[in-house]
Formats: sequence, C-alpha cells, structure tokens
Amino acid sequence: MAVYDSVLDLIGNTPIVDVSQLSPNPKVRILAKLEGQNPAGSVKDRIALAMIEAAEADGTLSPGRTIIEPSSGNTGIALAMICRLKGYRLKIVLPESVTVERRQMLEAYGAEIIPSPGGEGSNGAVRLAQHLADENPDWVFLYQYGNEANPTAHYNTTGPEILRDVPEITHFVAGLGTSGTLMGVGTYLKEQKPDVKVYAVEPPSGERVEGLRSLDDGYVPPVFEKWGGMELLDGKRIVRPVESLEWTRRLVSDAGIFAGPSSGAALAGAVKVAQRIDEGTIVFIVCDGGWKYLSTGAYTGDLEATAENLDKIIYF
Amino acid sequence: MLRPAAGGQSSVEATGDTIGDVVKSLIAAHPGLETNLVDENGDVRRFVNVYVNDEDIRFLDKLDTKVADGDEVAILPAVAGG
Repeated sequence: MAVYDSVLDLIGNTPIVDVSQLSPNPKVRILAKLEGQNPAGSVKDRIALAMIEAAEADGTLSPGRTIIEPSSGNTGIALAMICRLKGYRLKIVLPESVTVERRQMLEAYGAEIIPSPGGEGSNGAVRLAQHLADENPDWVFLYQYGNEANPTAHYNTTGPEILRDVPEITHFVAGLGTSGTLMGVGTYLKEQKPDVKVYAVEPPSGERVEGLRSLDDGYVPPVFEKWGGMELLDGKRIVRPVESLEWTRRLVSDAGIFAGPSSGAALAGAVKVAQRIDEGTIVFIVCDGGWKYLSTGAYTGDLEATAENLDKIIYF
Repeated sequence: MLRPAAGGQSSVEATGDTIGDVVKSLIAAHPGLETNLVDENGDVRRFVNVYVNDEDIRFLDKLDTKVADGDEVAILPAVAGG
C-alpha cells in the first residue's frame, strides 16, 4: 500500500462489491459501489473537493475566505473536512430535521451550523443559504445544486471508475438529491455505452415536509435541468421509508454492508429493475455508511416505528 | 401536500383510465387543486411530481399513463437532497 500525503488523496476510487445474493433474478447481477469508503464517509467527498478546487482555480476562493452551503449533511461534512485542511471557514445551513450524528460530525470538523426549520427540509435550507449569501457578498456560496463541478466530478471520476471496473454494466441506479451523481455518471456511461439505462430513486416527501405549504414550493436543482435530466433518465421512482429500511437491513445481514437508509432505497430501486429485465448487470451507489443513522434505530429497532421515525428526518 | 385544497384529506378516491382523467376528476371534486397541479397548457407543473405505484409519470406516458383499479397515485412537490 502506498503512503498518502493527505486524506484528500483518498477521495474516489471506491471499491465495487457483488451483492447478487440480493438479486431476485438469477440472470441479473447487482453490484454495489461503496462510496462510504471515502475519507469523510460519503459520495459527497468527490463533489466537495471538486467544487472547492474549481473555486480556487477561478479565484472565487482564496485563503481566509468563508464558505456558506446548504446541506442535509453529507456535503456539509465533506466540505468541513476539506475546509479544516485548507484553512477556510465554513458555515453550513442544516435543516433541524437531520440525525444528531450529522450535526456532531460537522462540529467535529469545526464547521459552524446555521439551523434552518426542520419542517421545510432541504428546500428550506437552500432558500435560507441563498438569502444569507445575498446578504453577505464576501462569503463564497458553492451551491451544489447549481455548481457544474458537482456533476462534472462524477463525469470525470465516478463514471469512468464504474466502466473501468464493470465494462459489462447494463443499468445504473442512484439516489436523486442534487442529481449530480446521476447526471455526471449517467452522461458519461451513455456517451461510452449508449444502451446503458439510468434510473433514479428518491424518498417520498409530501407528508414529511410539512413546511412546504404548496406544490409551488417544490424545487428542481439547476444541475438536473442543465444536464438534461428529463432526457437522460430512463425512470424515476420513490421508495418509501419502510422499504428503504428493509433493504438497508438486507445489505447488512446478507452482504455485510453497513450503509445508510438512502442506500437501501437505491438497492430497492435496483431490485425493481432486476425483476423487470431478463438479464444484465446493475451497478447502484451505496452513498454512505450507517454510522450517522444509528440513533434512528435503522438497523435493530422495530421496523414500523423506525420507518415512522425516518419519515420525520432527512436522510437524502 | 394538497390537503388544504382537498378538504383536509391526505388520501382521496379518484377515477379515470389515464392519469390525465384522474387529475381531471380530482380537480372536478376539489376545484382548489387546479392551479396547484397543472399549468395553463394542462401539463403537470414543473415543481410537481406525479407517481403511479411509485413511478414518476414523466418517465412513463406522462398524463396518458394508464391506470387500473387499485393503483396508487401520489402527487408530491419536487424536493432536493444533498
């Protein structure tokens, strides 16, 4: 093993594990790309580093500056690790409805947390961060939902890694948050192998996000529109909390993979695809490990009660 | 999400052979829903997602997507994660 200069050199090149024992179809392989292996623990390490390097390169970001970013957790944690190493100050607008572990990790890395109303979810955090960035023009607003470095990081790294390791891939499944993973990986895969199908999964949100008063408050990330998400995706489905939890637990019990509930949702989407096709190879993204969700009872708690609990927090 | 416009109910019965018909029957029963759901061209609004049995209809046959007895239709605002 090599000796690395910095943990930042450990970002990317994550392993892929065959979890076909979870496939409902013996002719369909299901492979898990373990993004929780990144040093700050999630797929977001890739985009956090890419956004910071892009801002440094174009001069937006210079030593001593303050960064502000809305995040339901993982992007914030990744930025916090990098800002700690590079000496930037970081303010994360974090919905109050996230797990305590996410808050603790941000604190561990020294980020300042600006709470946003839990009921407004991620959309509310985006609105508040936008407002604060407008009021404080000296702060650097990375804005992952509209930052080209986000999908580009996946186009340049995650996508090529998948095709290098799984040239036989037929389907790609990932969670839809900022849409960066799906747009970047999906665009790369379809350029290289046009027959590959790309599917998105997302959590149901209507009941949970009570602060959204009307459908007018819905939000589609600019990244999704700029990268032609409507044309790129072959399908999109919601996966309910109880189903996410069931598959999260199957990942642990049948494959030994301790992942967060949104990875269970992605697996549930992969299983649905496997049921519908004759044969093929599906790669799905395990976007983080389970550490930040232990307090929810996701792994050992009563299933229905935990699902109800999960309905009130943001895990995407 | 549509509760205030749908008489406070979170779940309602609606009829139709396609999602377009279901939406029309929903609007007929709950007129307050109209501006929330569809734009002036009768298309589902951009920030609104409609699902049949959890699949987003934009990637099926949009408003022409067929529905059968017992299918579950969900209408939700688009949300971001990250």
